[in-house]
Amino acid sequence: MSERSYCVTLTVNGLERTGNCSARTSLVDFLRETLRLTGTHVGCEHGICGACSIMLDGRPVRSCLMFAVQADGHSLTTVEGLSQPDGQMSILQDSFCETHGLQCGYCTPGMLIAAQALLDRNPNPDEHTIRDAIGGNLCRCTGYQQIVDAIQLAASRLAADRPAANQPAANQPARAQSAPAGTTGHDKASHRS
Amino acid sequence: MKPAPFEYQRAQSIEHALGLLAEYGPEAKLIAGGQSLTPMMAMRLVRPTWLIDIAGIDALSHVTIMDHEVRVGGATPQYVLEEHAELGQCLPIIGQALAWVGHIQTRNRGTIGGSMVHADPSAELPLVSVLLDARLILQSARAGRRELLAREFFNGPMSTVIEPDECLIEIVLPRWRASRCGSAFDEVAIRHGDFALVSACAQMALDAEGRCQQAALALGGADNIPLDCSAEVTALIGQLPTEDAIDGIARSVVARLSPPTDLHASADYRRALARTLCVRVLRSALARAGERTGTPAGQMA
Repeated sequence: MSERSYCVTLTVNGLERTGNCSARTSLVDFLRETLRLTGTHVGCEHGICGACSIMLDGRPVRSCLMFAVQADGHSLTTVEGLSQPDGQMSILQDSFCETHGLQCGYCTPGMLIAAQALLDRNPNPDEHTIRDAIGGNLCRCTGYQQIVDAIQLAASRLAADRPAANQPAANQPARAQSAPAGTTGHDKASHRS
Repeated sequence: MKPAPFEYQRAQSIEHALGLLAEYGPEAKLIAGGQSLTPMMAMRLVRPTWLIDIAGIDALSHVTIMDHEVRVGGATPQYVLEEHAELGQCLPIIGQALAWVGHIQTRNRGTIGGSMVHADPSAELPLVSVLLDARLILQSARAGRRELLAREFFNGPMSTVIEPDECLIEIVLPRWRASRCGSAFDEVAIRHGDFALVSACAQMALDAEGRCQQAALALGGADNIPLDCSAEVTALIGQLPTEDAIDGIARSVVARLSPPTDLHASADYRRALARTLCVRVLRSALARAGERTGTPAGQMA
């Protein structure tokens, strides 16, 4: 049977993007295959693993449990939107590298989104809150402890940055000082080999 | 894991949605948050020919708090209920139950009405609707509006009396008048966020002397539908709720259960869980009711 094509327009990481797809195309497939944003991973495709987590209008959701047509007109943040425009990683991403919060990396985009959504709403979460926030994301490598460590490390660095610079835009230089690149796990990044 | 082909249309109003549902026939389905329907479609357990999206309809998404009841729109997202401070004050059982519902990612999309019509026998919100003796407003283009009690709505596992052309418009949650009122929700699941092996919730109101004025108890996962245990808790009315009385209620509830055995839990284990959870939620609801006026709960033997 021939399927109708639907035109979907979304704002992804601040940029308006348009593409065509069938009604049954999941949002994650639309992001990866139509928009070629392959940072978001496809795992179970039925809402169990959390690998495909993205932010929809600022809230974490599972992009395998939405059809792209449902997201038409909405605003999304994917893992590509967490790093700086020049490709430099965020404080949170650096923290994952440093604490070995990833091994195979499959769950990492979803974990980063869940963690970022938590820190956006609660800059100083306790361990229980962190575990609850990543409770919908499966990881088969780390045993979760290093992921919790990463989020705690990121929270403490973000807190250290905050009083020094009251405007969010001033975070970047301060961040570079508190987490100098080159000594922050990139040199011991076994996950890249 | 891809769904079978279907067509999609976004409805602009309740009337528009009901008109489309009537036009496209019984193979069309409404979708709001899609957190239960989408996995069913991905596994091809459900193959609708049309999806009619009701997520953006303002009239279906609201929390209206009144003196004697709270009216919640069918497509109100679960996170809205979770974060609603006034609702948390007047019906704390909703927040207590939502803490067990799925995960943050699913509560951000999932709706109260979606959970009701999906009718998983161990789901939390259907259980609370039975506990509170909620009323459900259904509407179709064919027959207009009708109203049902939550305990008339569920008729089997994943099955309700909703007609294919009907939409669950509103859930009406009664408020108890007593000021000394407490509630509790508890469950046991293999992993947090999974559907419960057994779940239980209770609400209790006390008079000034600490006697039970009103009580409700409901049990999930132990039967094909959420189980209303209000008959058993009538034993508490007018009494000081002692530990013995609470245990007696739990035993009488378990006596009429015939829970399933499956690979996750035996029937005996489910019965044991049911007894433990009934005692826990009744105890907590009592303690919370006792705290409401600052007087000690002190009725426990």
